Amino acid sequence: MTGDWGLRPSHTFSQDVLAEIRRAANTGVYSIRGFGAKRQLPNFDDLVFLGASMSRYPLEGYREACGTDVVLGARHASEPIQIDIPVTIAGMSFGSLSANAKEALGRGASAAGTSTTTGDGGMTDEERSHSTKLVYQYLPSRYGMNPDDLRRADAIEVVVGQGAKPGGGGMLMGQKISARVASMRNLPEGIDQRSACRHPDWTGPDDLEIKIQELREITGWRKPIYVKIGAARPYYDTALAVKAGADVVVVDGMQGGTAATQDVFIEHVGIPTLAAVPEAVRALKELAMHRTVQLVVAGGIRSGADVAKALALGADAVSIGTAALVAIGDNDPELDAEYRALGSAAGYWDQYQAGNDPAGITTQDPDLAGRLDPVLAGRRLANYLKVLTLEAQTLARACGKSHIHNLEPHDMAALTVEAAAMAGVPLAGTSWVPGRRD
Amino acid sequence: MKVLDLGTSSLREVNSVLQTATTGEFVVSNPQGAHALGCGLDAPVTLRVEGPVGYYCGGMNQQANVLVDGNAGTGLAENIMSGTVTVTGNAGQSAGATGHGGLVVVQGNASARCGISMKGVDIVVGGDVGHMSAFMAQAGALIVLGDAGADLGDSIYEAQLFVRGSTTSLGADCVEKEVRPEHLDFLAVRLADAEMDANPADFSRYGSARMLYNFHPDDVNAVEAAR
Repeated sequence: MTGDWGLRPSHTFSQDVLAEIRRAANTGVYSIRGFGAKRQLPNFDDLVFLGASMSRYPLEGYREACGTDVVLGARHASEPIQIDIPVTIAGMSFGSLSANAKEALGRGASAAGTSTTTGDGGMTDEERSHSTKLVYQYLPSRYGMNPDDLRRADAIEVVVGQGAKPGGGGMLMGQKISARVASMRNLPEGIDQRSACRHPDWTGPDDLEIKIQELREITGWRKPIYVKIGAARPYYDTALAVKAGADVVVVDGMQGGTAATQDVFIEHVGIPTLAAVPEAVRALKELAMHRTVQLVVAGGIRSGADVAKALALGADAVSIGTAALVAIGDNDPELDAEYRALGSAAGYWDQYQAGNDPAGITTQDPDLAGRLDPVLAGRRLANYLKVLTLEAQTLARACGKSHIHNLEPHDMAALTVEAAAMAGVPLAGTSWVPGRRD
Repeated sequence: MKVLDLGTSSLREVNSVLQTATTGEFVVSNPQGAHALGCGLDAPVTLRVEGPVGYYCGGMNQQANVLVDGNAGTGLAENIMSGTVTVTGNAGQSAGATGHGGLVVVQGNASARCGISMKGVDIVVGGDVGHMSAFMAQAGALIVLGDAGADLGDSIYEAQLFVRGSTTSLGADCVEKEVRPEHLDFLAVRLADAEMDANPADFSRYGSARMLYNFHPDDVNAVEAAR
């Protein structure tokens, strides 16, 4: 019978669903992994630029100026951050990443004229010394938090949420809690660390306003204060962050990566980056704060096209995490045999929590970490950042813009009804924006 | 002794004077519940505040000796690194939150979440502490002369909790532990530091059962293979 009927797969119970049911039955523990959402989501690929034509005048692709500089934090801080390109490196902790990986990120970002960000584990001397511009995250766990590092940071990012897990706290599995990591976090070695999901000394935007005041008092009102939110209710969260006094709002969509989170969280909480940006911009515009409070967008940014599209929707800059790790060597095909020996394959590796990363990036094992050459990896990241910027400039010039911030929603059309509705731009070939009455 | 009047000077002006001082004694008058007063100090100065303060008084303190003659709002001495912060009255929620070192003394009661996520600070409370105190407390000691509210020490790591009165309930993974001689010695020292009159032998000790430190997968396949 089977020969006639063939093997008919179930869409409901697909092979990966079946495998997860078996895994759950075998262990009694939910699946924890790294990387970001793997399911198909509406994204920036669903938008296209229209380019110049009869009604638009393009700039010459290689010669004419197209500015890419961004100033972050001038609303209240006396020392705002000035970056040369509209791409920053997102928060990733020492602990989740090896010291060499953090150094590589610092080297690459510094060479490209942009900033890196600490993570849920404090600031190391290595990342401070290799990052010309370093954003210090202020997280619910407060691991390693101290006023000396606050003062030697270039900006402070109050983390309310993360795109991979809005409403969730950090995780770092015991394999990665080395003596140094444990010491920095005041934790016993080898525990499966689950850090707090909410701040210990403030609740809600009114408290946050006072917290931001304290951080400014401690740092003499010099440092920009970012507020990072996981994309869930970006319109309200952005408005409340502005009300609380943020200089910069960071919105992290659900494609944003993580070092270790429950799979069910990564795939089922939050909204896509594409859907979040217009809502955040709407809040800023209604408060007359667009471009006064900068918007940084993160979550699944891969190319200069993604950069340009996020900016055209109204962001001031973007942040990359997963793409930066790939640039420095994560999931490299040359390591395929080693990934396969661990039950994965190059391009599929998401076991950042396991601590046995063959690429030496998401590990605290000295031998594995030693595989990553931070100088070479830093050059790769700098090259990648350069390409992102050149691509974004190319698209901006094609739309006749002398600065990437001059890109606007009118420069784009959507390829799907969903993207048109989320981005608020017309479906290609029509003037129809779903959900808009005018 | 220098008097700084918050009735006529701005918070920034007052904090600037305190933060740039390398030594000396200061008095802040008319605090009127100001937030973030005396935060970010990093020198062996002495500060006395004549009246109530708002949120985050003495926040991230290093070296300084801060005394609030009155009540304090949320987050008293949050993330304190060293030095001492004392209030003569009551403290709002999250007193001593995430403190890495030093000593926090509340002569009255402390509200909910006292010592939440503490990382090495010692906190002495003359009266009671509210619910969820020492939540996820990592290191240091919380010493309560009165009673502790519900869910004391929920998800606690290696911090030590000492309560002289009753505990409404213990949080997840928090258990009562034996009081050994070294604990009596420690209590005697810290009670003296806090200028509290109490007998160390009257305290019960609580800490982590360490059952939540790691996930415990039930590897069915491995069990089957071993048969």
